[in-house]
Amino acid sequence: METAIEIAGLQTHYGSREILKNVCASIPRGKTTVILGGSGCGKSTLLKHLIGLLKPTKGQILINGSDITRMDEDEMNEVRKKMGVLFQGAALLNSLTLGDNVALPIREHTRLNESTIKIMVRMKLDQVGLSGFENFFPSQLSGGMKKRAGLARALALDPEMIFFDEPSAGLDPVTAAGLDELILKLRNVFRMTSIVVTHEIESVFKISDYVIMLDAGNVLYQGDLAGLKASDHPRIRMFLERQPEQETYSPDDYFKIIAGD
Amino acid sequence: MPSGPKPAASAPASASWPEAVLGALGRRVLSLRGDIHDAAKIINDTVHWTFISPFKGRPIRFRASISEMVKAGYNSVPIISVISLFVGIILALQAAYQLKRMGALIYVANLVGVSLTRELGPIMTAIIVSGRSGSAFAAEIGSMKAAEEVDALTTMGVNPVRYLVVPKLLALMIMVPALTIISDLVGIFGGFLLAVTALEIHPYNYFQQTVNALLIKDVFTGLLKAWAFGIVITLVGAYQGFKVTGGAEEVGRRTTASVVTSIFLVVIVDLFFTGLFYYFT
Ligand SMILES: Nc1ncnc2c1ncn2[C@@H]1O[C@H](COP(=O)(O)OP(=O)(O)OP(=O)(O)O)[C@@H](O)[C@H]1O
Ligand SMILES: [Mg+2]
Repeated sequence: METAIEIAGLQTHYGSREILKNVCASIPRGKTTVILGGSGCGKSTLLKHLIGLLKPTKGQILINGSDITRMDEDEMNEVRKKMGVLFQGAALLNSLTLGDNVALPIREHTRLNESTIKIMVRMKLDQVGLSGFENFFPSQLSGGMKKRAGLARALALDPEMIFFDEPSAGLDPVTAAGLDELILKLRNVFRMTSIVVTHEIESVFKISDYVIMLDAGNVLYQGDLAGLKASDHPRIRMFLERQPEQETYSPDDYFKIIAGD
Repeated sequence: MPSGPKPAASAPASASWPEAVLGALGRRVLSLRGDIHDAAKIINDTVHWTFISPFKGRPIRFRASISEMVKAGYNSVPIISVISLFVGIILALQAAYQLKRMGALIYVANLVGVSLTRELGPIMTAIIVSGRSGSAFAAEIGSMKAAEEVDALTTMGVNPVRYLVVPKLLALMIMVPALTIISDLVGIFGGFLLAVTALEIHPYNYFQQTVNALLIKDVFTGLLKAWAFGIVITLVGAYQGFKVTGGAEEVGRRTTASVVTSIFLVVIVDLFFTGLFYYFT
């Protein structure tokens, strides 16, 4: 298994609050890796470090062998040309049409002429099932359409790896399944490395080749899907079987918490 | 409640009182240091992407700059004209009130012309532009920040300062002086209107008096100030916008803060320049 991203000893803080404690993981190339975990355990935070938006307190992130935590802006931009990111809320620029949104990275990083860019934009929009919507503004689209347009923009420069933050959050089951299909297609047809943050168990079973499960700032499990299903770690079982967290307070402790002592 | 532990509990409480004060002070200083760091970073990036990188083959977004100029400049012409006209009239009235008593009514022209070009034109323009454009910058960048659009730009390898701030800076560096010229002219015209009607000064005399009173220096220093105000307003709007981390409520708060801060800083910069010109020109 060839690794695309290697995370070593990653520790991060927001202010003085420690979020990730010591994350070590490797993400295989050409596969779909799912980052799992409960709400607030730091999945989005980890993703933001992988795409170089945040700098860790400690640790390394090696992408294709070079450490992005030590890169300056220009070097980082070279790496970013090979990455696409689909944000949780799609993050399309509201002042631009869909066509211009998708064209933005192409215009920024290539010297192609306008007619070529137009064709590329149409191709990308068609790939996500949005042909004919070039001249729509993001505010005129539904949530699912925005997500797909965000994906078209992420794919604009034919990246090697693509990051998804909760692709199916807030979508109806049919649209969510459609997005899963797209992710599968990217792997099967284009051999793309996908990194997907999600807590939709069904979608995990469908798309993942490799799973990294976070818990309280540490890696609880990493390996293939079969291993995850077979694991008998109580927290993993709870997650897979959708069980509620056990009551951990004694009645006295609970009284203290609500009384604020 | 048992009374036993009470003295024991109050001892650490009194010991932690100075600790709490120092702690609060320390947090204040730390957050101020963070603010200064953020502001310095935005200033540094803006200067770099406006004045240095265009010479290294990363051109400024020309079309966006034009559209910012239309939004910030062209669209404020009516409001600035109306306000300047009225201020010109008010100035002439106030000047006449004193000068009439000395039989020096013709000096209304000097007072109106000089105070408008040196001071009131630039500062009125800056205050209106702060309210119209500075707040719009903060709101635009802030809501983009809240919707992760700024992060999206960064991950596409598009520097957000270059993409968002530089066209606005360019627009205001050109449009605030241009609007100041309009404000000066319209304000002087307002004074003229009042003088030839209510004060019964002969139009030609008023005109001649104004031309004689105004030095190139007066107009030029006013425009230089206006240019600096444009920079201040853009930077404050951008700073407040990029500071947004939460949602819509914070965008609103930052927008208000941007207007208050930029008016405050405009006055400070004005004081600085006026002092400088007083001693060195
Ligand atoms: N900008 C921020 N400033 C301070 N704390 C933050 C910030 N963003 C996130 N956090 C904190 O970091 C922790 C991890 O947040 P993160 O968004 O990574 O969680 P997540 O695993 O993506 O959760 P979810 O599944 O709900 O999206 C949370 O407890 C949150 O309170
Ligand atoms: Mg998240």
